[in-house]
Amino acid sequence: MHALDVINLKKTYGTRVEALKGISLTVEEGDFFALLGPNGAGKSTLIGIAASLVRPSSGDVKVFGKSVVSERSAAVSHIGLVPQEFNFNQFEKPFEILVNQAGYYGVPRDLAKNRAEQYLKQLSLWDKKDVASRTLSGGMKRRLMIARAMMHAPKLLILDEPTAGVDIEIRRSMWTYLKDINRAGTTVILTTHYLEEAESLCRNIAIIDHGMIVKNTTVKALLGTLDRETFVFDLAQPLAQAPDLPDCIVHRVDDTTIEVDVPRGTELNGLFAILSAAGIGVRSMRNKANRLEELFVRLLEKPRDAA
Amino acid sequence: MSAAVRWVPFKTIVIKEINRILRIWGQTLVPPAITMTLYFLIFGQLIGSRIGEMGGHRYMDFIVPGLVMMSVIQNAYGNVVSSFFGSKFGRYVEELLVSPTPNWIILAGYVCGGVLRGCMVGGIVLIVSLLFTDLSIAHPLVMIASVILAAVLFSLAGFVNAVYAKKFDDISIIPTFILTPLTYLGGVFYSVSLLPEFWRNVSLANPILYTVNAFRYGVLGESDVPVGVAFAIMLAAILVLGAYCLRLLDKGVGLRA
Repeated sequence: MHALDVINLKKTYGTRVEALKGISLTVEEGDFFALLGPNGAGKSTLIGIAASLVRPSSGDVKVFGKSVVSERSAAVSHIGLVPQEFNFNQFEKPFEILVNQAGYYGVPRDLAKNRAEQYLKQLSLWDKKDVASRTLSGGMKRRLMIARAMMHAPKLLILDEPTAGVDIEIRRSMWTYLKDINRAGTTVILTTHYLEEAESLCRNIAIIDHGMIVKNTTVKALLGTLDRETFVFDLAQPLAQAPDLPDCIVHRVDDTTIEVDVPRGTELNGLFAILSAAGIGVRSMRNKANRLEELFVRLLEKPRDAA
Repeated sequence: MSAAVRWVPFKTIVIKEINRILRIWGQTLVPPAITMTLYFLIFGQLIGSRIGEMGGHRYMDFIVPGLVMMSVIQNAYGNVVSSFFGSKFGRYVEELLVSPTPNWIILAGYVCGGVLRGCMVGGIVLIVSLLFTDLSIAHPLVMIASVILAAVLFSLAGFVNAVYAKKFDDISIIPTFILTPLTYLGGVFYSVSLLPEFWRNVSLANPILYTVNAFRYGVLGESDVPVGVAFAIMLAAILVLGAYCLRLLDKGVGLRA
């Protein structure tokens, strides 16, 4: 079964602003799906329609086969939503927020209290359960919204930029948590600006721009379309000018660092042999992040160039 | 949602509203008690002793039902308008909007919160009034029914205000410029039988007149309007406003893009 079916979905705000221009998309049950796009591309509108906060102009969204338009109650009961902006009562306590949210989905209060304890502990918020939520840090607030979205045990978790503005350590711990949730069977759809996040978490990806799907494929297939890769070499000795390497574009970053752009599939042994013969020692080498970012920029440039 | 499951979100909204009323008790419960104590002191005790009788009762006894009902109306309205608008302003109304909770449950939950606050404050004012007068209740059931109906009616009115409100000013305009004048002109401090015929007839268009008089009948056994008519008007107004609130929620006015 499909977790999400987006069918020829259009949304026009007022009479002029076309946020979605008839997009269609399918997310399989159990998938970890990334929705990427620049600001104003239509990602949040799409999520808003799926969560029934925004009404579509035409088309439909089905959640596990239930239409958000005609079977709203059944459709939204499968969704857990983590919105981009904090949208909980800042004067309520985290424990209250979670128990109330479960109540809106019909979860009995005793069960809700057990779940609230479980998720607050899992997300390292248990010691903050009775403080006013406005006193939580940004990272804690984001985790609170993830816990809130899980309270009714949704089959589909939608996160709209869940790690925006959180530090690397918390981001990594949230990734681990989301991977665990997905492994346990929950379908996850994620929008993010951190392309590294999409690359390391997601199996499938849709890139949306100007209200249209520009690309919809697997992350692996998308990365497979890259015809060149860039490696960063940290050199043993300072270098006055970039060396010549066949079929490669070499860029000298500083005295002891060069970036080498090589055709995909090139054997690197040959490069090392040439560098070694030229008396250039290599201390370390790494793949330049971020591969997906390059593709993202390239894909978004194409339609604009064509226009 | 089955009937048993629907009960859970309703109960959740009501508990949340009670917690809110008690969390900010300094804003929700204390000010009306102080204001009404001043009314009892100034209008009932000091000025009232010079006025003499009103409608066959001591002036203090006459204004007690009016002031209790005034508290119920203002607090039922104020609770729903501030709570629901606050949830819109802070965007945490989305917690409810993305859930499968039916619109009528959302409305019923908020109205129940308004009724509870109205009854809490009404009860406090009634207790305060016992410091100034000895009340005997003429028709307890009429008294209770009129309080509940008035609280439901003005909770619904507060909900409409909250749905349309876009800024905090919008939730104070109606209470200040419409609700308060209508309350003062609704027979809280006087019997409309004292008015010239024209103004007596104009007063009959004021819904608060019916709520105050129904309640006064419950307490004193005395009313300026037939009690049956007062109840019929309150019920009709509740049905009309309730249907309008549901329509606003179904259309997502001010809530869904």
